[in-house]
Amino acid sequence: MSKDIRIKKGLDIKLVGEAEKTTENAIISNFYTIRPEDFHSIIPKLVAKEGTHVKAGETLFYNKDNEAMKFVSPVSGEVTEVQRGPRRRIDAIKITADKEQSYIDHGKFDLSADADKIREHLLASGCWAFIKQRPYDVVAKSDSTPKGIFISGYASAPLSADLNYTLVGKEAELQAAVTALSKLTTGGVHISVGSPNSPLANLEHTTTYKVSGPHPAGNVGTLINKISPVNKGETVWTVNAQDLVIIGEMLLTGKFNAERIVALAGSSVKKPRYFKTKIGSEVSTMVYDNGVEQNGNDRIISGNVLTGKKVAPDGSLDYYSNVITVIPEGDDYEFFGWNKPVFNKISTSRALTFSWLNPKKKYALNTNTNGEHRAFVTTGTYEEVFPLDIYPMQILKACMYKDLDEMEALGMYEVAPEDFALTEFVCVSKQPHQKIIREGLDLMLKEIG
Amino acid sequence: MGLKQNLHNFKEKNKDKKWLPGFNALFTFLYMPNETTHNGTHIKAADDLKRTMNTVIMALVPCLIFGMFNAGYQHYLALGEIESANGFLGASFWTIDNLMIGVWKVLPLVIVSYGVGLAVEFVFAIIKGHEVEEGYLVTGMLVPLIVPVDIPLWMLAVAVIFGVVIGKEVFGGTGMNILNPALTIRAFLFFAYPTWMSGDKVWVHGAVERDQAIAAGQNLDAISGETLLGAYAQNSSLAGIDYWDMFWGIIPGSVGETSKFLIIIGALFLIFTKIGSWRIMLSTIIGALVMGLIFNGVVDAGWIGDTSKFYGLMSVPFWQHLIIGSILFGAVYMATDPVTASQTNKGKWIYGFLIGFISIMIRVFNPAYPEGVFLAILLMNVFAPTIDHYVVQGNVKRRMKRLKVKAA
Repeated sequence: MSKDIRIKKGLDIKLVGEAEKTTENAIISNFYTIRPEDFHSIIPKLVAKEGTHVKAGETLFYNKDNEAMKFVSPVSGEVTEVQRGPRRRIDAIKITADKEQSYIDHGKFDLSADADKIREHLLASGCWAFIKQRPYDVVAKSDSTPKGIFISGYASAPLSADLNYTLVGKEAELQAAVTALSKLTTGGVHISVGSPNSPLANLEHTTTYKVSGPHPAGNVGTLINKISPVNKGETVWTVNAQDLVIIGEMLLTGKFNAERIVALAGSSVKKPRYFKTKIGSEVSTMVYDNGVEQNGNDRIISGNVLTGKKVAPDGSLDYYSNVITVIPEGDDYEFFGWNKPVFNKISTSRALTFSWLNPKKKYALNTNTNGEHRAFVTTGTYEEVFPLDIYPMQILKACMYKDLDEMEALGMYEVAPEDFALTEFVCVSKQPHQKIIREGLDLMLKEIG
Repeated sequence: MGLKQNLHNFKEKNKDKKWLPGFNALFTFLYMPNETTHNGTHIKAADDLKRTMNTVIMALVPCLIFGMFNAGYQHYLALGEIESANGFLGASFWTIDNLMIGVWKVLPLVIVSYGVGLAVEFVFAIIKGHEVEEGYLVTGMLVPLIVPVDIPLWMLAVAVIFGVVIGKEVFGGTGMNILNPALTIRAFLFFAYPTWMSGDKVWVHGAVERDQAIAAGQNLDAISGETLLGAYAQNSSLAGIDYWDMFWGIIPGSVGETSKFLIIIGALFLIFTKIGSWRIMLSTIIGALVMGLIFNGVVDAGWIGDTSKFYGLMSVPFWQHLIIGSILFGAVYMATDPVTASQTNKGKWIYGFLIGFISIMIRVFNPAYPEGVFLAILLMNVFAPTIDHYVVQGNVKRRMKRLKVKAA
């Protein structure tokens, strides 16, 4: 059964450099890097010390608070380096890949098993890492039972990978994954799709919603807010659509196959297109061939321009992203940039900014902040791009002055940092909204749990 | 490269100096800074606070220019040296002579307002070690437009210092203040130097001096610089002023608030650019009209006779309240200040409505001073957080209710 969700508030940021729908095999990366910081709030307990040889799917570390929750290697190879930060925190685990890949065999899973078996299996195989929860936007607690599992099959963020393209032919894996997941929840699996042709549109054991409207129509947070907002004491889970494929394949074949199709996009890329690659592989295996200039002044982002992470040229694809975006750095001054008419940047106002004249035009934006950081001044601008039933500025301020009661009352259990990406984009005062929300969630997690 | 590179190097070299924010304010005025995003969104929209403030200033410039001509026009008209202009494009209005009086009397107000106000801002920025904020760019423009043309410059300077320090900086600067700084400045002037801020002499350049000369025994005709509002408050009316004069703005009044025509143009510009809140502007006007209608109703019902001292203003047809006094200027440029107004969309409707409502109420009932707009806005500035609180509570209650339904 398909239901319609239509949102009006939001903003489609149209950028130059959308990936063309051709897929190449990326050059096989020699090194793979796993960063525990991708799994926010998890404290890793290292299993694979330097020099150990691991197979693909073999445990690298587990969650210190829950030994059953394993985090596994995307490839087989030797753990060559464990980079540590202050207080011996593990920053990165580097694996030198084997020429011949070998996989741990978890065995074909019987999908008619009960919830506890499924839970155990996902935890042991490393697939649990793909299941996140709200409140707090962290890897799901393994002992919780969510009131629903939410999956977005519609990537509306700027320059994101088109899931209708990258997931084609993966219906069997997707089905296996949602069948298993649907047993872990009392409220069913809810999937949003942009078009009825989506590979996710006709899965069994799910409820499908057709979403339309500007970004963040495709954000999973929008879906949750419109269907079943998280109340105090409740939990929902979210899984990225592309990660369902890995879960599904693991259930069907017993192999943890970290392969995914990644879009290389952005105005700095000569020929934006899709690559088949693996989690943790070096971005340099994709961005330079017919991509960006070797010595160009560019920002490489693992993820999309709104929520992704900045990575160094020798950095790697993070655990959850299916897009690499490269845009020019904006570290230059602009003469009278604050008052002259602006034609080449996006704005939601019309204060001598002219992006309203041509809503279809695509822009090549850089990383300049277009102004300095200030206190909150203007009002009403966030609400225009924020479709959730929450007061964005008030909740941000509550996070800044750390009033837990107010954060709770204003709806902090419902949100994730990514929900505030658009308000951050349009913010006249250039406040770091996502960081403020992340810190607010961390504080609540610590104080309330 | 040249200048840009030199300025950049200078900034880098003096990174640890206390006065750097002062330099940065000038540098960023010339060049938008080279700051880039870190994490979070990697791209940002084009608007910043400077651009926002600049847009408001652009909307104010026509009022300022008109005010300069009007200063001269009212002066020469009162002296009887020129014919009264017939309409907005009247021949005796847009003359060089009129403009020169404006340049002589109004520009110094602008210079003092900006000079003193920005000096205070710079000092606070350097003491507190943050960048110079843009809030005063608009305040500095508003202040000369809402004072009588003959106000002594030293008074203005004292008031600006008071307004910026007490009205804004003690709360933490732009974005943190409770009261509109421009209106704080005006309120200070009004209560500290009432003889310069109200009455029938202060609105036309030269009227006060002429009065003093007469008192000293010279045989001259007194200049009447009475505003329409003042006349109505005394149950009389002014001859020779029709509604179109009020609409075009060729009447005595504070420097920049007389021309309703240009204020409406400015309002449309602010609404189109999405910088000013149309909700506040519209609801303020609705509030004023409602109060005006109530007073008209009271007069029609015969509850107030023409012997009452309130009769003059109460019997003004309700729509005329919009073109006499400064209610439009207040609604468009003052009430919409985003920091001191209500911040929620629903709250903006309530906030604006009450401003309009109370403005007209004070206008009619206050015998000492017939204009209530600035007092009404300051009052509602204080109540804006309360209004927002109740609006936000609506959202909170909805959330609580959802939880209870679940639990039941």
